[in-house]
Amino acid sequence: MSPNSIIWVGYFSKIALMKTSLDIASIRNDFPILNEVINGKQLVYFDNAATTQKPRLVLDALSGYYEHYNANIHRGIHHLAEKATAAFEQTRKRMQSFVNAEFSEEIIFTYGTTDGINLVASTYGRKFLKEGDEVIISTMEHHSNIVPWQMLCEEKGCILKVIPIDDNGDLLMDEYEKLLTERTKFVSVVHVSNSLGTINPIKEIIEKAHAVGAKVLIDGAQASSHFHIDVQDLGCDFYALSLHKIYGPTGLGILYGKKDLLNAMPPYRGGGEMIKEVTFEKTTYNELPYKFEAGTPNIADVVAAKYALDYVDTLGKSNIATYENGLLKYATEAVSEIEGLKIIGKAKNKVSVLSFVIDGIHHQDIGVLLDQQGIAVRTGHHCTQPLMNRFNITGTSRASFAVYNTTEEIDLLIKGLHKVKRMLG
Amino acid sequence: MTINEIQDELISDFELFDEWESKYEYIIDLAKQFPPLEEQYKTEENIIKGCQSRVWLNAYMESDLLKFEADSDAIIVRGLVSMLVKVLSGHTPEEIASADLYFMERIGLHQHLAQTRSNGLAAMLKQMKAYGIAYQAKSVNQ
Ligand SMILES: Cc1ncc(COP(=O)(O)O)c(C=O)c1O
Repeated sequence: MSPNSIIWVGYFSKIALMKTSLDIASIRNDFPILNEVINGKQLVYFDNAATTQKPRLVLDALSGYYEHYNANIHRGIHHLAEKATAAFEQTRKRMQSFVNAEFSEEIIFTYGTTDGINLVASTYGRKFLKEGDEVIISTMEHHSNIVPWQMLCEEKGCILKVIPIDDNGDLLMDEYEKLLTERTKFVSVVHVSNSLGTINPIKEIIEKAHAVGAKVLIDGAQASSHFHIDVQDLGCDFYALSLHKIYGPTGLGILYGKKDLLNAMPPYRGGGEMIKEVTFEKTTYNELPYKFEAGTPNIADVVAAKYALDYVDTLGKSNIATYENGLLKYATEAVSEIEGLKIIGKAKNKVSVLSFVIDGIHHQDIGVLLDQQGIAVRTGHHCTQPLMNRFNITGTSRASFAVYNTTEEIDLLIKGLHKVKRMLG
Repeated sequence: MTINEIQDELISDFELFDEWESKYEYIIDLAKQFPPLEEQYKTEENIIKGCQSRVWLNAYMESDLLKFEADSDAIIVRGLVSMLVKVLSGHTPEEIASADLYFMERIGLHQHLAQTRSNGLAAMLKQMKAYGIAYQAKSVNQ
């Protein structure tokens, strides 16, 4: 096999995509897993907010890497090492343009959103926050944007403040403004809520935080697959995301950070790759981005991630958003016909996440009985327990749609829900 | 009836159903017939926290036999809980501690006992056996 075979795979796939634009049937063909049969029925996958499925292109890139140019990067001078390093750094450049960062060294590879947030809390937070300083998060944060700040606050004696929300699941921006004072040193909020679908007005949040001199991290885990991210336009100091939610591999994310801030921050983990020179007396650290990438990184997944971004950009994020919004509208109207069903999360600006509860039925029963019908939804608190408490519920059922989902599948969900109601009624 | 006889009976009950729907309808029926646990026993101490649904388990000795009462806030889990109670409750601690539970597998419900289901069932079963072992030790020490 030629070492270039991986490029060919990508090439053919792209031609197919360009020719068809958003031909959903052909998009579905790009995702082998959609052919799985679950409990005798063809899989209906509506758990995309947890993780999206991966197109063939990404799977081929993964095996292509291992088959043709697996090597450790940034160290060897042999052919494979150079090729692997080039592919790795190519993804960094690709990621830079994906979020429109000014410099490629502002892109740090992480394990995911959680890892990125922990990195900032442990380095920026530890170095620059002190007793009595305040950190602001919101009611709708994922646990991964709560716990690292709680840990920091506990260690440093800082105070955690929480922006409340209204019954629709929109942030109360007046209350946010009231929380902002000269004591506010950090604001960390989610771009898009994984439980509600709410798209937060983060540009405004960032501007207001900057006005009091606070730094801002945006948890972009749910946003990045749905619409275009421009960190320079947003003006955020940090932006964390996970590739597995953008049709890419698991266990991989990026942290974007403004260069001057990243330079001012101490390193996170110590080890190989992140150093310039090590003696037993003193170690000097490597420059950005390597300062924050200790040890052998997740090379294969980084290499393959580029293909996921290519895939998304070839379809076009605005095409994806338009199509997904159509699915959300269709589903929202369809579930409204179901008696006793209440949608949790009715913000005006939403991505394709539909969370709901049904009177007298436990969300877990809904999940089990839909699973029997081959329909995968997520049930539970979605790692947002404080948010569930705000709505006085223990959990919801959540259907979240991606570009390969169809209205026919939503019809199956509705039929499935009627069956659940009949069985439990 | 011995633990295994009860298991075998459950297995043959479920043999009547060849579709998932009738199987789950039966489990839901079992849940509806299962007496709810009295509120006073729904304590923090008796709760077995699953990720999504809650399960309560109360155990007590009655003339050398270990008895269980249980409940859950989700119906299907409640039905499955009722089966575990039916199989294990009212036997000696030794029998419970050494019981080999095969009925869930044979009925095709073993996935509910998997930890990934995070419904508290696997933890409940473990707790029932732990009670068996604990009461066994108690009677030996007496
Ligand atoms: C809003 C939000 N933040 C953070 C995360 C954590 O992402 P990861 O588990 O990839 O680190 C998720 C994913 O579940 C999420 O939805």
